[in-house]
Amino acid sequence: MLRSLIAGIASVLFSMPLMADTMQLNMTPGVTAVSQNVYGLHMTILYICIAIGVVVFGVMFWAIFHHRKSKGAKPASFHESTKVEIIWTLIPFIILIGMAIPATKTLIAMEDTSKSDVTILVTGSQWKWHYSYFNQDVEYYSHLATSAEQISNQRQKRDNYLLEVDYPLVLPVGQKVRFLITSQDVIHSWWVPAFAVKKDANPGFINEAWTQIDKPGIYRGQCAELCGKDHGFMPIVVIAKPQAEYDDWLQKTKITQRKAREEEQRLLDMQMSLDELMALGEKTYTARCAMCHQANGEGIPGAFPALAGEGVSIDPKSKLEHISVVVHGKAGTAMQAFGPQLSLKELAAVITYERNAWGNNTGESVQAAEVQAIKNGQQL
Amino acid sequence: MTDTMRQEAEIDTAGCTDTEHDHHAYPAKGLKRWLFTTNHKDIGTLYLLFSLTMFFVGGAMAMVIRAELFQPGLQLVEPNFFNQMTTVHGLIMVFGAVMPAFTGLANWMIPMMIGAPDMALPRMNNWSFWILPFAFSLLLASLFMEGGGPNFGWTFYAPLSTTYSPPSTGLFVFAIHIMGISSIMGAINVVVTIVNMRAPGMTYMKMPLFVWTWLITAFLLIAVMPVLAGAVTMVLTDKYFGTSFFDAAGGGDPVMFQHIFWFFGHPEVYIMILPSFGIISAIIPAFSRKKLFGYSSMVYATASIAGLSFVVWAHHMFTTGMPVAAELFFMYCTMLISVPTGVKVFNWVATMWRGSLTFEVPMLFAIAFIVLFTIGGFSGLMLAITPADFQYHDTYFVVAHFHYVLVTGAIFSIMAAAYYWLPKWTGHMFDERLAHWHFWCSLISVNILFFPMHFLGLAGMPRRIPDYALQFADINAVVSIGGFLFGFSQLIFIAVLVKCIRGGEKAAAKPWEGAEGLEWTVASPAPYHTFSTPPKIDP
Ligand code: HEM
Ligand SMILES: [Cu+2]
Repeated sequence: MLRSLIAGIASVLFSMPLMADTMQLNMTPGVTAVSQNVYGLHMTILYICIAIGVVVFGVMFWAIFHHRKSKGAKPASFHESTKVEIIWTLIPFIILIGMAIPATKTLIAMEDTSKSDVTILVTGSQWKWHYSYFNQDVEYYSHLATSAEQISNQRQKRDNYLLEVDYPLVLPVGQKVRFLITSQDVIHSWWVPAFAVKKDANPGFINEAWTQIDKPGIYRGQCAELCGKDHGFMPIVVIAKPQAEYDDWLQKTKITQRKAREEEQRLLDMQMSLDELMALGEKTYTARCAMCHQANGEGIPGAFPALAGEGVSIDPKSKLEHISVVVHGKAGTAMQAFGPQLSLKELAAVITYERNAWGNNTGESVQAAEVQAIKNGQQL
Repeated sequence: MTDTMRQEAEIDTAGCTDTEHDHHAYPAKGLKRWLFTTNHKDIGTLYLLFSLTMFFVGGAMAMVIRAELFQPGLQLVEPNFFNQMTTVHGLIMVFGAVMPAFTGLANWMIPMMIGAPDMALPRMNNWSFWILPFAFSLLLASLFMEGGGPNFGWTFYAPLSTTYSPPSTGLFVFAIHIMGISSIMGAINVVVTIVNMRAPGMTYMKMPLFVWTWLITAFLLIAVMPVLAGAVTMVLTDKYFGTSFFDAAGGGDPVMFQHIFWFFGHPEVYIMILPSFGIISAIIPAFSRKKLFGYSSMVYATASIAGLSFVVWAHHMFTTGMPVAAELFFMYCTMLISVPTGVKVFNWVATMWRGSLTFEVPMLFAIAFIVLFTIGGFSGLMLAITPADFQYHDTYFVVAHFHYVLVTGAIFSIMAAAYYWLPKWTGHMFDERLAHWHFWCSLISVNILFFPMHFLGLAGMPRRIPDYALQFADINAVVSIGGFLFGFSQLIFIAVLVKCIRGGEKAAAKPWEGAEGLEWTVASPAPYHTFSTPPKIDP
């Protein structure tokens, strides 16, 4: 009776259609030699714990069933035994040594970052990752690609909800990749479970980690250290490509990034129209600024200042200061430097937008050249 | 002050129980009794009621968290408020629910267990309680300030808690300082009482384990609360006075914050479990009708756990980028803790072995404690294995781990203690049937709540996130349902308590057949003053 009840409940639980394909209950072995070792360690300790649990709880439940007063059990009078106590101190000790040996080996291998083929600087920043390929002139930011409408349940969620980014990190398969990990504001933590790599990004210091991926594919992870309001919205996506494809991608990216820089230079001589600036500005604002200052520019009192009808964005005398805050950030606050993150065009546009949206109507436009001047250190 | 002492001394030397002329004999009436009381039993009651209140306040925040996590997407709260909820929930449960509950039990039981008339420092006792409601009011009030309350996790890592924290951080620091002062005063009181006020013949190796575990806990508290005070003070000066202890730009180091915090924080988690060991060591023998197996090894095990707790703090920080040698050291030391902890569990099981067991509610909670705390211990051992910790750290696996040791460990033991000693406190037996309901509802729901969190963590769900990927949706729904059930189950506890305080079957001086200890030699309810003449201890 009891057995059939349990079997019944179990079959219902495990056959729930939702669970079957989406749910996964254990750690996965991952796609690197290290992650497979870690998985092996995890399973070994898990089994040891289960075995100990079965023995200890077994003995206990035996006592519960057979030594109950209602069954007429009379209490025995023993209450110590040095021999038994020494045995059950020594046995766990030996088991622990058995666990410590493979753990030590794996750990030493994980921390050996020498002789790497590719080095990438990973910088955490509220709330996105920046990747920079050493000696390659390639660098970019990687942002969450899930739309605000999906998060607020106004639109259907996609399969990779919250685990998708605009520009994933691209890595070659079969090479030892070294990560240098740091942060430009608070502590973040770069974690991709499939590689068994999790390392904190500490502001002002650089940590090292490495991986060597065996299988091409797309691997996803998330920031694993509470880093402020949007900590839950800071995913990591890595695409591992075979060497040839990787080289190809790197080449192409280098060329596009160089072209973009040249385009920026050309832009310095041009005047963009207010309409054009406002359109691009709104887009940029929604994507990069609204998370703190809110879509309506009202900010969050006490945490993030308002831009609508207040402060530098309505004062005609403060245009340069406004540019400077956006470009250089504001030390000691959550306002970060957007200079390195956005193109000159986007910067000019978003500042123009802030100065004219929500009834701020200063009527002023900001041009790329002015932003560039501030970026180059022009005094206010 | 001196007057009181002289009066009490007189009573002692007279050894008389006729105290009619002494205004200390009877409690004052009304509000004054509770505000100015220096009686260990009154103060114990205050602590326990305060803790219960905080348990529900913190629990309400847990319900907000679980409601938001019921489904993917943001429904109820925005992320910043979510972070405030996790932070304040953690702070309240740790400093407001578990620690005051233990202090309350210490106040009630330690004098009665060692044959002392009261705590050694009764006026300080009054203070150490009454500053607590003040501290928690500040903490809760900060939620309503502009910019919101603390949102940086109960671990408040810099620079999130310095450069990037809300303006209420000053209040947060002040509140933590007050809680710390309260804890230290409570601990000093416990130490002084145990060292000086044991009845003649009550040698150290005759003290009940609850007294032993609290003595060791008190030393931990005195050692580490000042460290916490130091950490919050540095946060304060970094944020408001331009120092840069934790800011690399000024020559500081954010990882140093974590070292300091966890040098406090790791012993702190033992502070929240050692008194539980004492409680369980009282209850298991009582309902097994057999002496505790291995009394002296229990004492040594507790002391070595406490000692080791000072050298394992960095196992919370394996991912911060420590040198391999340090990681190995902290891994080995952490693994070692499982040896004395194992000894304790084996001893409890051996106590039950060939006993004559009955299953009154305190015993049920104690058995659940052993099983579930051990499960928490297993996941703790897994977390100690550094390479595996890289995968578990900051995921729901950790959330599952610490709730197994805190909820089904600390809280279950506190409930076991409450049921065990309620007859002594109130003079009434509690409603056995209702209490059984409380136990079984709690046991089942708490496992629905926390067990699946292991799976969430292993599958890769980070902790402290207000929204998650679709693959985690089903388990989160199950977990949330377990959470609401657990929350509601605790209302039954209130019902049991209220019924028991207001009436019920009269309790005998020793309502449990197998119970041992001085507290059972006095009447139930325990008289307002016990042991004005020291009791005689059997050699
Ligand atoms: C009704 C029962 C409870 C529920 C449903 C619950 C649920 C939760 C949840 C969902 C979190 C957030 C996890 C995260 O995102 O990191 C959390 C955190 C926490 N809980 Fe509980 N909890 C309960 C009881 C307790 C108790 C009794 C304690 C302590 C004795 C406790 C201590 C903590 C701590 C220390 C944290 C960490 C806070 C932080 O991340 O800063 N909880 N709890
Ligand atoms: Cu982050």
